[in-house]
Amino acid sequence: MSAIRVEELRKRYGEEEALRGISFEIEEGEVFGLLGPNGAGKTTTVEILEGYRPRDGGRVEVLGFDPQRSERSFRERIGVVLQTSELWSSLTPLETLRMFAGYYPRPRAVDGVLDLVGLNDKRDARVRTLSGGQKRRLDLGIALVGDPQLVFLDEPTTGFDPAARRTAWEMIRSLRSLGKTVLLTTHYLDEAQQLSDRVAVLRQGRIVTIGAPSVLTGGSVEAEIRYRRNGEQVVQRTTEPTRVLHELTAAALARGEELEGLEVRRPSLEDVYLSLVEEPEAETGAES
Amino acid sequence: MKLFLHQLRCEQLLFWRSREAAFFVFGFPLLLFVLLGSVYSGKINGYPAANVLLVGMIGYGAANTAFAGTAITLVNRREYGILKRIRATPLPASLYLLSSLVSSLLVFALETVLLFAVGRIFFGAHLPGHVASLVVAVLIGTTVFAAVGLAAAALIRSAEGSSAVVNFILLPMAFLSGSFGPTRHYPGFLRAIGDALPLKYFIDLVKAIYLGGHGLLARPGALGVMAAWTAGGIVVALRRFGWEPRER
Repeated sequence: MSAIRVEELRKRYGEEEALRGISFEIEEGEVFGLLGPNGAGKTTTVEILEGYRPRDGGRVEVLGFDPQRSERSFRERIGVVLQTSELWSSLTPLETLRMFAGYYPRPRAVDGVLDLVGLNDKRDARVRTLSGGQKRRLDLGIALVGDPQLVFLDEPTTGFDPAARRTAWEMIRSLRSLGKTVLLTTHYLDEAQQLSDRVAVLRQGRIVTIGAPSVLTGGSVEAEIRYRRNGEQVVQRTTEPTRVLHELTAAALARGEELEGLEVRRPSLEDVYLSLVEEPEAETGAES
Repeated sequence: MKLFLHQLRCEQLLFWRSREAAFFVFGFPLLLFVLLGSVYSGKINGYPAANVLLVGMIGYGAANTAFAGTAITLVNRREYGILKRIRATPLPASLYLLSSLVSSLLVFALETVLLFAVGRIFFGAHLPGHVASLVVAVLIGTTVFAAVGLAAAALIRSAEGSSAVVNFILLPMAFLSGSFGPTRHYPGFLRAIGDALPLKYFIDLVKAIYLGGHGLLARPGALGVMAAWTAGGIVVALRRFGWEPRER
């Protein structure tokens, strides 16, 4: 069953079209990554699905609800980590989680949540004394304390140092083992790849590619063979690098020649991603 | 009901935990009362000075707790994204605002009791005769100023400016409405401004009950003006109040 179903979703802010008809489905228990550069429409998409913003067109179903109506029973079933949000600095993590737990009909045990986000040793410290990473983990704890079916994480690790990111990733992976459906936005490619079952790449309000993280690389199977001949750079693109390389080297051997600077490379994940999000606007005009 | 009590407990915890706010909102009127009470003695307008000052401080306390407290708290929570976060939880908005109102009421009720205690112990002020009427007046005052505070929160755009804007309204209002002493000798135009403000009428009402020994309904005009301010505040809040940060 689908946890989220989005068809032809559109949103405009004045003259600016933020979402130009995007469609995707997220299965229950799936970790889905929404990837794209700043301003691509990730947060707009997530905030429509969370019920913060009305849509201008298309159909949206989240856990069987229309989020736009923001019913209480809908809000009981989702957990939200916002991109930026402060906490009450004078409370402790324990008090903060108890406060939010009280809003839900069937909350998780607060002790368990503290363990889950690794804040048990900080449970009685004032929030103002926590590090940025610890506060972000408390954010995650707040999103989980109501035991939601679906968790929205909007750029959960932006601004983290590498170690804090690893910790956050472990935590997000643990959501999968709890059976939660997760919608994650990020502009870090490795984050989407590490955490998601499937990824959609968003650019200028459109989905440019969607699938398992391997589609980002697998989508382009061409290898590049480069060498210099008579001082000139030669680049050959091929889907059969083994054959082409064999012919090339056989011919060179027969001529008794050395192929200078010979190399075979596949585009890196980074190359593919950048080519996806930086393609010129014009050629997408045919999209309906 | 359980959810309401939970939220009320949370609001109380938050209020008393943030020491600076608790001191400024709760402690300041008491401090001011002690200062003014030590300066003025004898009679004002034919009443014992301590009794008259006490009425003014109850008025100031109502505006400080319910108006300033509500406005500053809501603007800060909105700008820091806390309201937005709460919007995603099952807690209904109406219950959230009601808890905030009742929390202010509890703080202000305790404030009133302490003001009477200080007045009685240090300055020989007498205790109120119509306790029931006074309790209802405290409830009315909290509601009026919470509604005006909600409207102010809807109009104030940034967290940095909230405290300054609110005090810029609060202190002149308290001065013009007679919180710090009678306005009889003020120039006409200052009294005219005061006559439009809700605090003037709240002070009138408390004065009638406490000093005049009247019941709650002795000042129907004052009740009418306060009802109008409450309605106006709610209308502005409904039209302009948002849950999400204005500034990013």
